Amino acid sequence: MTASNLQLDEQGRLHHFLTIEGFNRRILTEILDNAEGFATVGSKQMKKAPLLRGKTIVNLFFETSTRTRTTFELAAKRLSADVVTINIAQSAVANKGESLLDMLHNLEAMHCDMFVVRHGESGAAHFIARHVAPHISVINAGDGRHAHPTQAMLDMFTIRRHKQNFADLKVAIVGDLMHSRVARSEIHALTTLGTGEVRVIAPKTLVPPAVSTLGVHVFHDLREGLRDVDVVIMLRLQRERMEGALIPSEQEYYHLYGLTEEKLAYAKPDAIVMHPGPINRGVEIESAVADGPQSVILEQVSNGIAVRMAVMAMALGRQPGTEREAQA
Amino acid sequence: MNSKILIRGARLLDPAQGLDAIQDIYVADGHIAALGGAPEGFEADEVIEAAGLCACPGLIDLRARLREPGDEKKGTIASETLAAASGGITTLCCPPDTDPVADSPALVKHIRGRVKSSGNRVRVFPLGALTRALDGEHISEMAALKEAGCHAVSNADRPMANTLVLRRAFEYATSLELPILLRSEDPWLSNGIVHEGTIGTRLGLPAIPAIAETIAVVRDLMLAEQTGARIHFCCLSTAGAIEEIAQAQQRGLPVTADVSAHQLYLTEMDVGHFNPHCHVRPPLRTQRDRDALRAALASGVITAICSDHQPHDRDAKLAPFPSTEPGISALETLLPLTLRLVDEGVLSPLEAIARLTLHPARVLGQALGSLEVGAIADICLFDPQRHWTVTEQGLLSRGKNTPFLGWELKGKVVATLLKGHVVFREEP
Repeated sequence: MTASNLQLDEQGRLHHFLTIEGFNRRILTEILDNAEGFATVGSKQMKKAPLLRGKTIVNLFFETSTRTRTTFELAAKRLSADVVTINIAQSAVANKGESLLDMLHNLEAMHCDMFVVRHGESGAAHFIARHVAPHISVINAGDGRHAHPTQAMLDMFTIRRHKQNFADLKVAIVGDLMHSRVARSEIHALTTLGTGEVRVIAPKTLVPPAVSTLGVHVFHDLREGLRDVDVVIMLRLQRERMEGALIPSEQEYYHLYGLTEEKLAYAKPDAIVMHPGPINRGVEIESAVADGPQSVILEQVSNGIAVRMAVMAMALGRQPGTEREAQA
Repeated sequence: MNSKILIRGARLLDPAQGLDAIQDIYVADGHIAALGGAPEGFEADEVIEAAGLCACPGLIDLRARLREPGDEKKGTIASETLAAASGGITTLCCPPDTDPVADSPALVKHIRGRVKSSGNRVRVFPLGALTRALDGEHISEMAALKEAGCHAVSNADRPMANTLVLRRAFEYATSLELPILLRSEDPWLSNGIVHEGTIGTRLGLPAIPAIAETIAVVRDLMLAEQTGARIHFCCLSTAGAIEEIAQAQQRGLPVTADVSAHQLYLTEMDVGHFNPHCHVRPPLRTQRDRDALRAALASGVITAICSDHQPHDRDAKLAPFPSTEPGISALETLLPLTLRLVDEGVLSPLEAIARLTLHPARVLGQALGSLEVGAIADICLFDPQRHWTVTEQGLLSRGKNTPFLGWELKGKVVATLLKGHVVFREEP
């Protein structure tokens, strides 16, 4: 079973959204175009579109999250769906496949239409998609180190709003690629959208050994890697990574890979700086950059709602402009 | 009571005699009484018509989990020995990582007793624990284990981190003339789930580099050379380890090695998008590794193919990939997957059978794996042309966990004889 045919229905339409891998440029562009349509909904006085009225969406968060959970919730509400959010901390349920399945089947019995899943294990969203009733769509809101496809799409959306043509761009992803589901999804999205050059910048301990097979250039020196790039995507360095043999100290990491104004100057003058959040100020990025004129970090958050609306609506067979049909 | 059996018209494949010919087999008193012509006064109690079938020595599997005692929901000695017999296996070694661990004579005797009371379908050689509770820190009472019926010792899948203990264990086993079956893996580098390469990178799964195996194999080869231990490497997965073993063999070191059948067919790419049936230890490696394993099998660096049978209950594979349990239910696919190597031009028919019979017998130092007159009548009778599809319903093992579900395989066991007794016969 390939990811693409698991994610698409028989008519080739989006059904699950588990990973960017396997989607072609047409579908990714369609998501971005639809998100443009939804981006205006949030800023209107009346913030709702009735596309998913009568649909029930369950957010299943096996890992804690504020930003992602909230934006998924808002996205569902702005589409007029009924939303339930279930926070399951790392309990027995989260670690046992059998009870996880039992829980899913119980939710199915309540006539849900969509599960938005965040889980600590790579492959969890695929597992759930394979075992839920066929009418239920599964949206991956982050699984282990594997994928975070809506985050990648909102980053693409943000890039496209600032830079238009992907083919002309050099994009650098900086930081802990080894453990980053965001980076994996971004790389697939960037290469599928035809980005001119995708670079990854990190010490060798934080780069998956076969990363170049994904179509990226690897740099170990931040200044060299940032030279002439149009987009800088910083990744979060989780504090627990510092306990192993991956990096010696926060100070040394910041010294080599922390994004400062001085280092950012190696990028193009109009380069934008992105970060999926939450930010570790003073670890991977200095405040002057995070809050500076080139930063689009907060814009990413608001774009997250529009992109998630687009993905949810498409997976449930709706597009902006089809309100009438939905109401009928 | 031992009956006299005539197997008529089968094509004999016996690597021990270099024999590939159509001959009748006469079985009496649990032994091969004659080949070709009937011995004087032989009156068959039973005639098995075997025209069009092949007869080879009963298969010897160096590594199969029976799950008993300790994990009976995955398999029992009764269920798994029946599955083994249906796969043509007459002798199998079960690793000591049962619960409790097979580090005491009592447990070894218990397993052997359960084999007897479960129909006695397969000769089971329990492997004794190399270290107490497989802790890698204290050598086990190997003499007592040997007296209880262990023909070899092993630390199962638990890595031996402490080099001093490993050296002592090698020396001690050697003074008792016990071969050691090792699955060599560096404990610190093997803290992962899939091969470190394309698949680990794509799927974001913790990965095990190939050198996790190579480094441990190099260390164990040096200790084998130092101590004179009789080492057999189990379930090799990497081109690097094979190269090291080949060099050691050229230096004259008497080390042997096996590979599990699935490693000869699958690669890391088969994990695809988190296929839990491809979650195995050692992990599926690259095409290059797979090709090297096949080449080593052909050249004789690797002399045996094992099933590495690990039956699981359904729930063990019903979870996100990292939480699934590794292993394949493999007893019933061992023979057809090995025969397929003949069709794919890797081995001759006799070479293929030798890797399931004669060579594993030598690893264990047992007078098994031959159809010579006077040999113990362990016989596997199979239809070499029969195509069959692997299905959950068709497998007799309690474990239905195999990535080969849906594969069409060629070669099906029709009957299995253990010490001259028919222990499995296909339903007509």
